[in-house]
Amino acid sequence: MTSQDKPVVEPVTGKTADKVFKGVAYACGILILVVLAAVFLFLFFRAWPLIGGDQKANSETVANFTGGATSNFWGYVLPLLFGTVLVSVLALIIAFFVAIGIALFISHYASKKVATGLSYVVDLLAAIPSVIYGLWGGLILVPAIYPFWNWVATYLGWIPLFQGPAANPQRTIGTVAVVLAVMILPIITSMSRDIFLQTPTLQQEAAYGLGATKWEMIKLAVIPFGKSGIVSASMLALGRALGETMAVLMILSPGLTYSIKLLQASQNQTIAANIAAQYPEANDLGVSVLIGTGLILFLITFVVNYAARKITEKASA
Amino acid sequence: MAEETKQKNLDGAPVIDFDKFAPKTSYSNYRKYKDYFMTGLIVLAFVIACIPLVSVLWTTIVNGLKRLNLNFLSFNMTGVVGGNPTPSGGYGGVLHAIIGTLEITGGAMVISIPIGIMCAVYLVEYAKGSKLAMTVSMLVDVMSGIPSIVAGLFAFSMFTIVFGPGTINGFEGSVALSLLMLPTVVKSCEEMLKIVPNDLREASLALGVTKQRTITKIVLRTALPGIVSGCILAIARVIGETAPLLMTAGYISSTNVNLFSGQMTTLPVYVYQEYSKLHANCPAAATSACVADIPMERSWAAALVLIVIVLLLNLIGRLVAKVFAVKTER
Repeated sequence: MTSQDKPVVEPVTGKTADKVFKGVAYACGILILVVLAAVFLFLFFRAWPLIGGDQKANSETVANFTGGATSNFWGYVLPLLFGTVLVSVLALIIAFFVAIGIALFISHYASKKVATGLSYVVDLLAAIPSVIYGLWGGLILVPAIYPFWNWVATYLGWIPLFQGPAANPQRTIGTVAVVLAVMILPIITSMSRDIFLQTPTLQQEAAYGLGATKWEMIKLAVIPFGKSGIVSASMLALGRALGETMAVLMILSPGLTYSIKLLQASQNQTIAANIAAQYPEANDLGVSVLIGTGLILFLITFVVNYAARKITEKASA
Repeated sequence: MAEETKQKNLDGAPVIDFDKFAPKTSYSNYRKYKDYFMTGLIVLAFVIACIPLVSVLWTTIVNGLKRLNLNFLSFNMTGVVGGNPTPSGGYGGVLHAIIGTLEITGGAMVISIPIGIMCAVYLVEYAKGSKLAMTVSMLVDVMSGIPSIVAGLFAFSMFTIVFGPGTINGFEGSVALSLLMLPTVVKSCEEMLKIVPNDLREASLALGVTKQRTITKIVLRTALPGIVSGCILAIARVIGETAPLLMTAGYISSTNVNLFSGQMTTLPVYVYQEYSKLHANCPAAATSACVADIPMERSWAAALVLIVIVLLLNLIGRLVAKVFAVKTER
């Protein structure tokens, strides 16, 4: 037998590589599902002693965390949840109008050159790490904002939210909400800007053709077109605010009440910041309790983000 | 009169008093001023937003420059006692934190970039429009909203369950970060693969090239600049994460170069730890070389290093996307 009887080189069909590649791609796609399930399951297993473990030890651990205020897990997590939602919603309210304003400014008011520059700036701001916002908030904003909050407490103190006296230093929910608002601002801005830019030119021109002023045109054409985008951007921002840890941890003086007094210290705490604050000194069971609260945070942000995506999907379909 | 009405009915045109609709001057003015007012509000919103943003950058740069020098970048925190200067003449530094940041983020890259790219390939090339792909795509979106602390708790739980309690190492931090990075990588790669023109794929397949080779040699290559830039932006996003690393990677003052064993410090964690020290001890008899505020100054300096890294990564990412972009339009 000589080599001439066979082809010198087997033709490379690449069929095996093709199959392997396809398999890897499918595996990676499905891995996303596995990872999400794993996040839930591992947290659940680690928090299991809360449900299946010694209830008396659990009560003691919770009582330990709260200084004896409550020994029930729900009595512990509900005030945290209240604080988390309170500060995130406040941040969203503060950020919402400003962010929409900037988005409109970029999409419809600024000249093209300015708009490109501004878009870059907004994107860069989204990239500033949260620990730096925390540092800035704790060292610069807390003293700087005190006169303002003090003024608010003096003149608007009759509103329960602003009931004085304003704490000094202002390590309060009000200040944290301002910092969180700054952090979520770029998210709402960049998403709504993208939507506003997609408004059909025909609709805009039609509005102008009917004699609308610029603002009327925006009200008639741009806002209705971008409504679902704005809502979903806000919900994504809310999701980010709900899970924000460092800024809250570094600024807020924590407490465990259902208070809505924004300007007084030691009223509320958020779930994420509470985990980071208690974690270093927690024993094994304590970590389980904290992971239990983390699981609740995970489920809430999951629902908020899911709702946001559903809204976008419905609008684009 | 009756005849006139009849005449109009015949014409079929309704009688309209157009004068009734003529805008009154006051109303025109009202609209005009409202327009001015809203323009003013929108510009005001922009100005308001600029204040904190400029303030963040400005204070970080001003306060950070005070302690940012070569000594700060080339020493770690061993041998730092209170507010006293170290034998090298500095006040401690961030060398260990920079090494830790690079290694942990590198670990996260190694995990999430290949998986992310392959997941995007699956979504765009193999399972386009199928129900499973829609679910996966949706879950990737949802995953991008996972709070960073939950990612930290996940990595922590996984490592305590799999490797026994008390496991703390840099790789654990990498796992936590990769969870945060993965959705960003998948999303940007997906967008990039979507804009690769279909003609290229069809041309390649028509030449008898297998699907795997079409994807690796044609599609991925065309989308490469976009993918690289997306990955860089994803890195910039996770490099500043603090919360998950607090519980997974820990905090030490000496340099640890082994990703798989022992605690590791990263820059954001360093910023936080120095911040929570508040003040350093300076005994009454200490010389003026002892700086009581040194933890805050170190904190600002490290924050400046971090901001510079993040902004540089962002700029590089955007430049890569712009300069190397393949022209896909004909």
